[in-house]
Amino acid sequence: MSNATTMLGRNFKHTLRNPVAVFNAILFPIVLLLMFVYVIGGAFDKVEIGGKYIDYITPGMIVLTICYGLSATALSVNTDMTKGIINRFKVMDISRSAVLSGHVVATMLRSLIAIAAVIGVAFAMGFRPAADFGDWLGAIGFIVLISFATSWITVALGLAAKSPESAGLVTVPLIMLPFLSSAISPADTMGAGVRQFAEYQPFTPIIETLRGLLTGEPAVNSTIVAVAWCLGIALIGYVWSLSTFKKRA
Amino acid sequence: MTSSAIAASGLRKAYKDKVVLDGIDLDVATGTIFSLLGPNGAGKTTTINVLTTLMKADSGTVRVAGHDVATQTKAVRAAIGVTGQFAAVDELLTGQENLQLMADLKGMRSAESKRVVAELLDRFDLTESAQKMTTTYSGGMRRKLDLAMTLVGKPRIIFLDEPTTGLDPRSRRTMWDIIRQLVAEGVTIFLTTQYLEEADRLADRIAVLDQGKLVAQGTPAELKRQIPGSHVRLRFAGDAELGAAMRVLTDFTRDGEDDLVLRVPSDGGAKSVRTLLAQLDAHSIEIEEFSVHTPDLDDVFLALTGRSSTKVDAK
Repeated sequence: MSNATTMLGRNFKHTLRNPVAVFNAILFPIVLLLMFVYVIGGAFDKVEIGGKYIDYITPGMIVLTICYGLSATALSVNTDMTKGIINRFKVMDISRSAVLSGHVVATMLRSLIAIAAVIGVAFAMGFRPAADFGDWLGAIGFIVLISFATSWITVALGLAAKSPESAGLVTVPLIMLPFLSSAISPADTMGAGVRQFAEYQPFTPIIETLRGLLTGEPAVNSTIVAVAWCLGIALIGYVWSLSTFKKRA
Repeated sequence: MTSSAIAASGLRKAYKDKVVLDGIDLDVATGTIFSLLGPNGAGKTTTINVLTTLMKADSGTVRVAGHDVATQTKAVRAAIGVTGQFAAVDELLTGQENLQLMADLKGMRSAESKRVVAELLDRFDLTESAQKMTTTYSGGMRRKLDLAMTLVGKPRIIFLDEPTTGLDPRSRRTMWDIIRQLVAEGVTIFLTTQYLEEADRLADRIAVLDQGKLVAQGTPAELKRQIPGSHVRLRFAGDAELGAAMRVLTDFTRDGEDDLVLRVPSDGGAKSVRTLLAQLDAHSIEIEEFSVHTPDLDDVFLALTGRSSTKVDAK
């Protein structure tokens, strides 16, 4: 067994033993989906969104699901750093990156399981995407990319935080950003200030790309912008993680 | 030099403008216990961090198990085990899973790792709690598990940073027994401590660290010759009694802080104390306070540096 898979197994056990993490990662996005569709979804009957609300919101909820799983990652990365176990790993003859990539891969797997659950519930609620097989492959690949990018930036934030308490807090912006994008309602229905913000922040093109893929009408412009954002975020997260990891003995 | 498990010379380390290690030279023979004794903030943990590849020294050389710490880091890491000051156990795993994690990271095959894990659980008396989360463990149990994790893969050189700080007397004794067993198996131990008694009982050689410098080094016996032995502290009610006692007693020193106190050298045993008290009694000299004082880290520091260890802390 390689060091990285050992670490992955460890992180996965952590998730299973932390009911709050399981709830945040899987149940909470489903609860949100039910709430948005059944509580405010009716209001969209009067607004032109080009189809049923469940078809509109599901791509947004997929991205929200990825973001909700991140706080647990920041917390567990930070706990590793502050509780002394990291020094044990560092003085062993094991690969440095195994510790961090274990967190990233565990986070991605957790997200994918949660997303599968969200999509399943969405189907039960009437979600009928027009995507063909190729679009689905593209959507899954893109979901993995978003998850990869946000996981690395979260690992970096978790490493940089002083304490587990502040680590929980640093991911709040990541969780809030999708709400201030076109995830739940179209940007042009928002107030002036918020609308500009929503148009330029990374999660709007990310969600538009996913929505395009799932409705079978890939949006080329959004896709280029979204992939560029993801690669940029992943790169910053990766470089920042490694440099912080080296600094904190 | 082949018999040296750890050899360091001229180690220097500073954080910004604060010098933490100021030219440390150490030599630890294979199969012995070496104790680095010093108060909080003396630089003990920094020394361990440098010797165990966690931190780079600003200058100086270190060879551990014959390998250079700076250039042969991987070989050094493969030879050593480190137990830090704060139990580095995974709190969301059970005791057994913690040990299994170490075995997996060391690349052991599954049959071998099962055997090693079971042996260590048994040796450290943790079999009963093996399936419990380590969050439920007591401080002593966590330290034991921590050390057990360090022993996975049988490292030949083990570093222990204050292994008994914060432990109750019984757990401390258990830890001492385990350390002695390890050395009996030929392992080299480098341990730091704040307790003179611990260094005295365990170590073959002791080095005293003060503000980043080694102020003394030697066997416990050599070191104790440099520090005042145990004494009886007598406090009298007034100058009359004090004067009378000073005429009766032949060997004593005045206390620097309290004018009414005399320190009388004594082994602290019942017999010599009884003799001393009988002597004073025979001259009807009343003693107001009486205590037996055995040397501690503070005495060592007072003797070696002219300052007490607590004053070092306050600085």
